[in-house]
Amino acid sequence: MLRFISRRLGITILSVFCLTFIVFILTNLDGNLVKLAKFLGSQRMSSEQVETWLELNGFNQPDVVRYGEWLGVLPSYQLVQDGGKILGRCARPGVSLENTPKYCGIFQGNWGWSVIFKEEVDSIIFKRLALTGWLMLYVMLIMVPVALVIGILAGMREGTRTDRTLSTFSIISTATPEYVSGVLLVALFSSNAVGLKWFKGSSASAMENITFENFTLPVATMALYGMGYIARMTRASMAEVMTSQYIRTARLKGVSFTAIVLKHAIRNALIAPFTVIMLQFPWLLTGVVIVETLFNYKGFGWTLVQAASTNDINLLLGCSIVAVVVVLMTQLISDIGYVFLNPRIRVS
Amino acid sequence: MERLSYFEIFSQIIGHFWPVWIALVVFFIVSYLIRNHTGLYGKLFASPIGLIGLGIVMFWVFTAIFADVIITFDPYGQISGMKNKVPGTPVRGLEGEYYLLGGDRLARDVFSRVVMGSRSVLTIAPAATMFAFMVGIMLGLVAGYLPGKFDTMVSFLANLVLAFPVILLFYLMVSPAIQETGLPTMLAAVMFLFPIAFFAVLVNSKLYTQPMKRNIIVGFILVVGFWIYLGLAFDSDPLGVFSMDPNLLNVFVSVVFANSPTIFRIVRSLALEIKTRDYVAAAQTRGEGTWYILLWEILPNARGPLIVDFCLRIGYTTILLGTLGFFGLGVSPESPDWGSTINEGRKILTLYPHGAVPPALSLMSLVLGLNLLADGLREQSLKD
Repeated sequence: MLRFISRRLGITILSVFCLTFIVFILTNLDGNLVKLAKFLGSQRMSSEQVETWLELNGFNQPDVVRYGEWLGVLPSYQLVQDGGKILGRCARPGVSLENTPKYCGIFQGNWGWSVIFKEEVDSIIFKRLALTGWLMLYVMLIMVPVALVIGILAGMREGTRTDRTLSTFSIISTATPEYVSGVLLVALFSSNAVGLKWFKGSSASAMENITFENFTLPVATMALYGMGYIARMTRASMAEVMTSQYIRTARLKGVSFTAIVLKHAIRNALIAPFTVIMLQFPWLLTGVVIVETLFNYKGFGWTLVQAASTNDINLLLGCSIVAVVVVLMTQLISDIGYVFLNPRIRVS
Repeated sequence: MERLSYFEIFSQIIGHFWPVWIALVVFFIVSYLIRNHTGLYGKLFASPIGLIGLGIVMFWVFTAIFADVIITFDPYGQISGMKNKVPGTPVRGLEGEYYLLGGDRLARDVFSRVVMGSRSVLTIAPAATMFAFMVGIMLGLVAGYLPGKFDTMVSFLANLVLAFPVILLFYLMVSPAIQETGLPTMLAAVMFLFPIAFFAVLVNSKLYTQPMKRNIIVGFILVVGFWIYLGLAFDSDPLGVFSMDPNLLNVFVSVVFANSPTIFRIVRSLALEIKTRDYVAAAQTRGEGTWYILLWEILPNARGPLIVDFCLRIGYTTILLGTLGFFGLGVSPESPDWGSTINEGRKILTLYPHGAVPPALSLMSLVLGLNLLADGLREQSLKD
C-alpha cells in the first residue's frame, strides 16, 4: 500500500513539473513577450527597442533558466540601472536593492507581479480562490446529495417508472452544458421578456454578500450539469449491487426492502460514485470559468479568463499551477480513496 | 403589418423545415425496411429511447444538409431597423416576410443563423471526433497489446493531457502568439498522419498476400491521403481543392488534442482485455502479423463500446466547440455557429433573451439526441 501511494505521489509530482514547464513555455512565447514589452514600455517601440527592453529585463535568457528562476531554484536575474532603478523578477516599485531578494520563485512564496491587476499574483489568486470556494461549496452541497439520491432511487428498482423518469432527467442534465443552462435560466428567471425576475442575472453583488437572490442561478447552473453524470454513475453502480448475491441472500432471509437498500446496498453502491465525484473537480473548473464569466462573479475562473485574454503572464502561470495541482490532487485522492474504500482491491 | 403570434411563429417554423420532414420520413421508412440487414443499427428499432435519439440527430443532420433551402434570410445580412426585434416581427418593406425568431444585436435573422450554424457544428464535431478516434485507436491498440516502454510513455503523456484543464488548453492553443510559432500546424501535421497510416496499415495487413491488389489500393490511399493532408495541414494543396481556414485548423487541432487521450485510454483497456481471448491466440499461432491482429482481430471485437463512445463523444465535442465559441475563441466572431451566437446573445440576455435561447436549445437538443442514441445503442449491444 505504501509503495502504491509513494509511486502515485511520485508520478503526480513529476506531472506537476512537466505541466508547469509546458505552461511556462506556452505563456512565454516570443509573441507574448513582445506584447508584454509594448504594454510595459510603450506601444510605439520599434522591434530593436523591444529587443533591448527584453534584454534589459532578463527575458532573453534560455527558457529553462527562466523556468528555474520562476521556480526559485536559480538566482533571479537582476540589473541595476544608472538611476538606481532595479530591473528583474524580484524588483518591486519602491523597494531598495538591499531589500530585494536573490531568489524569488514559487518555492520562496513569490508568485510574481501581475502587470494588469498591479498586485502580487499570490494575493490575487488566494482572494479569488476564496470567492470560488464559496461557489464550489454551495454547488457541492446541492449537487452531490441530490445526485446520489436520484441515482439510488433510480437504481434500486431498475426499469420502473421512477427509474425511467429520473434517468431521463439525468440524461437531459448531462446534455445541458453550463453555458446553455445558464442562458436558459437567466432568460427564464431574470429577463424582461419573461418577466418572472425572481433572481438576479448578475452575481457581482454576491462577492460581498451572498443572498438567495444573487447566488441561486450560478449554483443551479453548475450543479445541473454535473448532477446528471454523478446520478447516472450511482444508478449504474446501484443497479449492479442490487443484482448481486448478497442482496438476494438478504432478501431470502426476509429482510425488508428498505433495510436492504439502506443497510446493505448503499454502502457498496457508493464506491464508484466516489471516484466520479472526485474526478468531477477538473470538470467543475471549466464550469467555474463559464459560470463566473456568465454571471460576472469575479472569482478564480474569471481571473483565469482575464489573465489569458490580457496575456498577464505571471497571473496566468499562477492560475495554471493552481488548476493543475487541484486536478492532479483529486486524481491522486480518487485513486487512493478507491483502494481504501473497496475491500475487493488489494494493491501489491 | 402585425407581429406574428407565437402559434403562427411555431407553425411557420415547422413549415420552413419541410425538406427535413420529408427526408426524415424517407430515412425512417428505408431504415425500417432494411432493419434486418443492418446489424446493430437495425436493432435500434427495438429501443424507443434510441429511436428518439436517432430522430433528433437525423433532424439536425438533414437541417445541416438542407440549410440553404430552410433559411429565410442571409445569415450574415443585416436589415436596418431589425436590431434586437422580438420574434415574429415583420420585415419592413418586404410583404409577408418575418424575422421568425427575431433579430440579433447586429440586426441579423436569428432563425437563419441558427439553421446555418447547424452546418458548421455538424461538420466540425464529427470530423474532429473521427480524427481523435484514429489517433486514440492507433496508439491505444499498440499500447494495450504490447506492454513496455511505449505503453508507459504514451500513458504518461495521455495522463498529462488529461490533467490539463481543458479551458486553459484552449486559451493557450488558440492565442495568436501560438499561431506564430506554428505549433498548431505541427500538431496538425502529426495528428492528420494518423488516418492515412490507419487506412494504409488496415489494407496492407489484410491484403499482403495479394501484392498486386495491395499495391494498387495502398497506393491509392497514400496518394489521396497525402493530397488531402497537404491541403488541410499545410494549406498547400497543389490543386487547391482542400484547404482549411487557419482559425478553424486551430480549433480543430485543440479539440482533437483534448479528446484523443480519453479515447486512447478506452481503446487501451479494451485491447488489454481482448488480447487474452482465444481467437487472438489462434491468430498468433497462425503466425499473423501484429498489425493484422490489432486491426482485424482486436478492433472489430471492440466495436460495440467504441460505437457507443463515438456517439457520446460527438456530443461532448459539440459541447467543447460551444465552449470555445462562448469564450469567443471559435472560428470567427461572424460565424453563425451556436457557441458564438450564444456568446453574442448573452451580453444582452436580461433585455433580449431571444438571441441566445434558440442556439442554446439547439445545442442542447443535438447533444441530448446523441446521448439518447448512445444509450439505445449500448442497451442493444449488451443484449447479444
